[in-house]
Amino acid sequence: MNKHLLTAFIAGLIFGIGLLVSGMANPEKVLGFLDLAGPWDPSLALVMGGAVAVGLIAFNLAGKRQTSLLGDVMRLPTRQDIDKPLVLGSLGFGVGWGLAGFCPGPALVALGAGELKALVFTVAMLSGMAVYELLQRQRPG
Amino acid sequence: MTIDWQAFTPWTSLLGGALIGLAAAAFVLLNGRIAGISGIVGGLLTPKKGDTGWRMAFMGGMITAPLLWLLVSSLPVIRIDASYPVLVVAGLVVGISTRFGAGCTSGHGVCGISRLSLRSLIATAAFMLSGFLTVFIIRHLLGGL
Repeated sequence: MNKHLLTAFIAGLIFGIGLLVSGMANPEKVLGFLDLAGPWDPSLALVMGGAVAVGLIAFNLAGKRQTSLLGDVMRLPTRQDIDKPLVLGSLGFGVGWGLAGFCPGPALVALGAGELKALVFTVAMLSGMAVYELLQRQRPG
Repeated sequence: MTIDWQAFTPWTSLLGGALIGLAAAAFVLLNGRIAGISGIVGGLLTPKKGDTGWRMAFMGGMITAPLLWLLVSSLPVIRIDASYPVLVVAGLVVGISTRFGAGCTSGHGVCGISRLSLRSLIATAAFMLSGFLTVFIIRHLLGGL
């Protein structure tokens, strides 16, 4: 196996284990965080805090590099503009997230756990992404 | 606001979060890429040569995680209360809007904030706000879906 594929697989594996350990693969727990007016479960904030604490160090190091440790070009986002698609898209994402308690990562992990409902969500999500691509294609230029 | 102390899992959530951060760290340092799940998945729909394998490998790792877990212990509870029609709508909305918004909880929320990106900070604030509002409307105004 190609080492780039192996590291991608292992990164995905650790990501998935992290979601399981943190409880975020469970939509009920995510909704417990999003329900500020109910009995509130602040866990998700600590998941973000733990992830960002490690991420800050890593992305600081990554920002100083020209190539990755495996010799790839560093593909870090460069855009800094705050545009309408960013804000409206993110607002829309929150609505979908709040509807079922699933975002893309946990859906994949729950799918691996054999949850039929996660499969349905994932197929719908892929369809939504395909709709986006079709809309992009119709745009002039 | 009342805290649900029985549901609150500070230590495992912090530890799980650190593992997610570690995965994002390994991916950016080794492969030079952002571990943003909506972007990784969405990129499969416009396949380019040499750009598909790593996406499949990363997703494969995520889907394998519960299977690896099962070798050691029984899986944690995964409770999905949403009905099938709600899941379909939620999935469609998440699919379209994460592509317009160029990211989700991982790409903007974890990686973007770690990069100190203003775009990602605003995106995260936006989806948190609409997430809170959506759950408030469903649970407290409509009395559930």
